[in-house]
Amino acid sequence: MIDFFKKLFKPEGSSSTARERLRLVLLSDHLSLAPDVVESLKLDLIAVISKYVEVDEAACDVTFERQDAAIAMMANIPILSMKTRPPSPPPTPSGPPPAPEPPPSSFGTPATAKVADEPAAAKPPSPPRRKRRRRRANVSPSLGNAAPVPG
Amino acid sequence: MSARRIVLTSGKGGVGKTTTTANLGAALAQRGHRVVLVDADIGLRNLDLVLGLEKRIVFDLVEVVEGRCQLRQALIKDKRFETLAILPAAQTRDKTAVSELQFAKVIEDLAETCDYVLIDCPAGIEHGFRNAIAGAAEAIVVTTPEVSAIRDADRVIGKLRERGLAFRIVVNRIRPEMVRSGDMLSVDDVSEILGGELLGIIPDDEEIIDTTNRGEPVVLTPDSRLAVIYEKIARRLEGEVVPLTVLHAPGFFSKLFGQRKAG
Amino acid sequence: MHDVQPEPIAPVIPKPRGRAIVITSGKGGVGKTTTTANIGAALARTGATVVLVDADVGLRNLDIVMGLEARVRHHVLDVLESRATLDDALVVDKRVSTLRLLAAAQTREKDEVDTQAMHDLIDRLREQFDYVLIDCPAGIEMGFQNAIVGADEAIVVCTPEVSAVRDADRVVGLLGNREKIWLVVNRLRPALVRKGKMLSVDDVNAILRLPLLGVIADEPGVIVSTNKGEPLALDDASPTGAAYRAIAGRIAGTDTSAPVIPTEPTAMQRLGAFFGGSAR
Repeated sequence: MIDFFKKLFKPEGSSSTARERLRLVLLSDHLSLAPDVVESLKLDLIAVISKYVEVDEAACDVTFERQDAAIAMMANIPILSMKTRPPSPPPTPSGPPPAPEPPPSSFGTPATAKVADEPAAAKPPSPPRRKRRRRRANVSPSLGNAAPVPG
Repeated sequence: MSARRIVLTSGKGGVGKTTTTANLGAALAQRGHRVVLVDADIGLRNLDLVLGLEKRIVFDLVEVVEGRCQLRQALIKDKRFETLAILPAAQTRDKTAVSELQFAKVIEDLAETCDYVLIDCPAGIEHGFRNAIAGAAEAIVVTTPEVSAIRDADRVIGKLRERGLAFRIVVNRIRPEMVRSGDMLSVDDVSEILGGELLGIIPDDEEIIDTTNRGEPVVLTPDSRLAVIYEKIARRLEGEVVPLTVLHAPGFFSKLFGQRKAG
Repeated sequence: MHDVQPEPIAPVIPKPRGRAIVITSGKGGVGKTTTTANIGAALARTGATVVLVDADVGLRNLDIVMGLEARVRHHVLDVLESRATLDDALVVDKRVSTLRLLAAAQTREKDEVDTQAMHDLIDRLREQFDYVLIDCPAGIEMGFQNAIVGADEAIVVCTPEVSAVRDADRVVGLLGNREKIWLVVNRLRPALVRKGKMLSVDDVNAILRLPLLGVIADEPGVIVSTNKGEPLALDDASPTGAAYRAIAGRIAGTDTSAPVIPTEPTAMQRLGAFFGGSAR
């Protein structure tokens, strides 16, 4: 009889636990089943960060770890030095952007300021990191199926 | 006009592929289609047993592939239906006895002679699975609403997507009372998690055990609720839009007064 | 200063090697993984050191049935291919300190496992653990071959259904000579057996003819336990758990009772049926 009342007043059954565990397990399965996607993600990440700092590309590492109720991406990206000039801000529709203030020259010499030589118009403005990651690697909570993303 | 070639697969064993193949095939045959069921589980055949045809096996799929008999010699016509036949697997060989190309060829040949070829896929994602899907143009993924089964179905769906095989999902052995009490994933949960369209929902029902024991497809029992459900699945497969059966757990009062709401 | 007498050298008694038992069936979905998880948990609870090995490469489920899926960092193939040490790969159970899990690789296939390497791994594990329980995949192909290699004993899990019995029979033939081969009958529905609509344990064993290790009745609690990842063997209130604990006792030799064959639906089944479950 107690079981009956327990069932009446039980807030959630084991199915919600099952749903949550499945979500995580499938995400984990999909990540490990798409090594090429993970590789692309890593390269994209390094490329974006390289706009701001010099990185040791060979020593970069991206892994996924389960932490309780979520999967976290852990990126270990050794930084060698700052770039001397930050990249130009994206062009605004109202007119050409104001020329950026030259940063204090505590790091490096103008010779290493690669970014300043790049024409700002040649590269499209990089979207926020999170959005880009989602588009390429499909690591958002929505579940695709365990197939490698083509291309 | 070539037949539709459909593989029934799951990843996880024991979720009801063979039972579904047998009963769906029988339901399609009852509706007038010419149906051939192919047992791709070489070494552990069971389609024959489920249909009660085990004593009539003379030749099997491996012997067809090896040219030791004609395809039509290996086919066993089920006498209870006008238009149902099965191609049994070999019992004493293993799945490497047949290659993907060879299997696909057999299915192609069969497809010239009927309207539906249903391929009963073995459990797993290895050689046997690859053979079974090699012959197919579409798939039915059978799963139960349990964590392990869904995980395996997900893996299989990934493989199907790799091959560009369209699929629909059959959720088997659902227990509405457990879904209601929150102790079992619902059909919507399953469909959402796997990202596929539902073809059918089959409730857990002891009737299946009994009919399998007797080697009789459940569609032969006239007022069986499972027969109605398989018939609906057959109609959906044909392309008809059939509303999904609303499954009710027998309620407290109906149980008390001896009635059971039809599933 | 007096002479220090040398310590007498104690005779080195080699620790007996652990037992390697494969849990197999032929037919998929009859409860091998659930049985492996529960027997392992029950044995470990008595203090024995137990490692569960998931041999279902590509379709791993032992981790999720044990509720340890979030703790898996490395798997069998990582160890066999020297990308991780055994210690790294062994997952410590959340509840029982003497229980470990060695997960299968999810993204590989069974053909990629070297049989000899698997044999050596099982041997290695036997040096460390009292019990090595190997969860065998369905089928009788490479996966099955790799799972049974290295196991001196086997437990055949079978449900009282014609397909399962047929496949189990095939597997018994393929197992050949082992020190011990036992039978566990799973998912019995006593009410159906009574009505003559389901094979009885005797029916099953008339064909398989194996020493009976235990009989587990079908009950919804098993589904709940896999939803949660909590083996019933660790639940003192569960009759199914009690059945698994008795099985563990028989394996260990501490329980010499004959297995109880359930004849009546359990109280929980009756309650469930009363409040709307399917009739048992």
